[in-house]
Amino acid sequence: MKRRLLTCGVLLAAGASIAAAQKINAAGATFPAAIYQTWFEQYHKLHPGIEINYQSIGSGGGIAQLTGGTVDFGASDMPMTDDQLSKLKVKAFHFPTVLGAVVPTYNIPGVSADLKFTPESLAGIFLGTITKWNDSRLTKDNPGVKFPNEEIQVVHRSEGSGTTFVWTDYLSKVSPEWKSKVGANTSVSWPVGLGGRGNEGVAGLLKQTPNSIGYVELVWAAQNKLATGLVKNAAGNFVKAGVESVTEAAAGAAKEIPADFRISITNAPGKQAFPISSFTYLLIPSKIPDAAKTDAIKGFLQWMLADGQKYAAGLYYAPLPKEIVAKETRQIAQINAPGAPAGKGK
Amino acid sequence: MATPLVVETPVIRRRTQTGDIVARWVVTVFAAVILFVTALIVYQLWIGSEPSRLKSGFAFLTSSKWNPVTEEFGALPFIYGTVVTSVLALLISVPLGVGAAIYLAELAPAGLSNGLTFLVELLAAIPSVIYGLLGFLTVVPLMRSYVEPFLKSALGFLPLFKGPSFGVGFLTAGVVLSIMTVPYIISVSRESLLAVPREQREAALALGATRWEATWQVVVPYAKLGIFGSIFLSLARALGETMAVTMVIGNDPKISASLLAPGYSIAAVVANEFSEATGAIYQAALVELGLVLFVLTILINAVARLMIVATTRKGSKRS
Repeated sequence: MKRRLLTCGVLLAAGASIAAAQKINAAGATFPAAIYQTWFEQYHKLHPGIEINYQSIGSGGGIAQLTGGTVDFGASDMPMTDDQLSKLKVKAFHFPTVLGAVVPTYNIPGVSADLKFTPESLAGIFLGTITKWNDSRLTKDNPGVKFPNEEIQVVHRSEGSGTTFVWTDYLSKVSPEWKSKVGANTSVSWPVGLGGRGNEGVAGLLKQTPNSIGYVELVWAAQNKLATGLVKNAAGNFVKAGVESVTEAAAGAAKEIPADFRISITNAPGKQAFPISSFTYLLIPSKIPDAAKTDAIKGFLQWMLADGQKYAAGLYYAPLPKEIVAKETRQIAQINAPGAPAGKGK
Repeated sequence: MATPLVVETPVIRRRTQTGDIVARWVVTVFAAVILFVTALIVYQLWIGSEPSRLKSGFAFLTSSKWNPVTEEFGALPFIYGTVVTSVLALLISVPLGVGAAIYLAELAPAGLSNGLTFLVELLAAIPSVIYGLLGFLTVVPLMRSYVEPFLKSALGFLPLFKGPSFGVGFLTAGVVLSIMTVPYIISVSRESLLAVPREQREAALALGATRWEATWQVVVPYAKLGIFGSIFLSLARALGETMAVTMVIGNDPKISASLLAPGYSIAAVVANEFSEATGAIYQAALVELGLVLFVLTILINAVARLMIVATTRKGSKRS
């Protein structure tokens, strides 16, 4: 009995010390979850008083929770639409955190070379107009590769995901036919193919299905050493996805980036820019009522833009280019600034 | 001697009466909770699906288009996939499960029966995502490399077995679902077979029936209600199964006559798309799918119950 009382006391004390710490709740995108967890953990080590709890429930969920006011900030792979912004009670700022890329990956028995894809051939395969691997539109870009005379089996994500958004957003930009027939969204009405759940589901189906092609996040492909294709970028070069080529895509787009950072950087200019790249964002309310919380969030953002970026490449995320970091640092000052447009956007 | 007894009896009665009243209210409240929760679910599904219901109307049930980009939503391919995979699952699991239950209850030595029953109950407790993984990693390759080519060569003239072998599809989902539902059927059917009074068997044997005749014509009909109950339980599981199905069905919202083609089910699409569903209509359409699944489950259960009533009446008339 005595011991039980004692543990009760210890638990209470622990509860009290947690309550004293600044607890921040966030939720959203699953794609950057690995780096966010690392960041929040490292930041907690540096500042034991600040604890950020991140639930990776998906970008849609993050936006919904931010709109509902159940989290302190959200996270999304896609910039919020005007319609979504208009539903917010407090205007939110977009803070790009790192970059990711989506890469084509395939399983063709007998082909081990890194294949080259033009935007037209990718769109053709996923529209179902290119049906065989030995189609001249594929062979002409890949001299020396012996393609089989087999049907192409397309694999895509079955669940709504930011990955699918980036992939379909890219195809919409490079193929008018894709744009009119399918369009871009977190999930779309696929003209052809099988659906696998998650990166692991797509990779699993690819592994099991000969002559298949699909798309996965660069992080996933790199960690699992999947065969990935080179994609022809806007400058006309075939580029392999990697930390540098993805960062270059962001640098290429940096000149045209709008003040609110809501931009798609697929098919970005830049000689060695990988064309299927994208930002992922934290969505931070422009007005935070609690002063201590405001300081904690601002402090984290400062750290994330400086020291935090060093953790990116190790986890296969591409760090932000310098130009973007400078612009974002200026945006931090606008949080809770006297002239901040609270409640705007309605 | 008689007087104190007369005095005492009302006291006891009064006490039990109060206890009865309390117990009655407690269990009534418990029962009401079930009704309340069910009503709440229906209410929430109805309210949550409003934007989609207003936009699509009845076309939601008849359209086979599912396009989140253009916000056109139709439930037909999902209804089709749910029904087809569940029916396939029952076609496989009912004979298998009832047969195994008869063996365990009637023929197996007691030790073996108890051991196997323990294993069956263990199977029923395995989480569905594990079945999905096993299905994806072992059943899918088997189906693609052996079963589907065999079906196509043997029965390829039927539209049911045409088209390329993906390994994933209606048939594979049905097979995985049948593996998942068999333990329920075995477990519940065995219990109800064991509950058949010994006299029933003995009377049949005394009348000169063989062991099998006694089992099939007397014991099984006696336990019919319990066996049907087990089938309902597994049907409910098959209709609502999510993770295992989405991992092996192919997730392509199309209606195909071929069982080898990829498809989609209601529970799978809701689980897959809800977290990233942006836009009010899109979310409402997914909630409406939940409503459709709810109604579908009620309908199928009602039909099954009518079947029971019909068959049990026939049985009682005959006897």
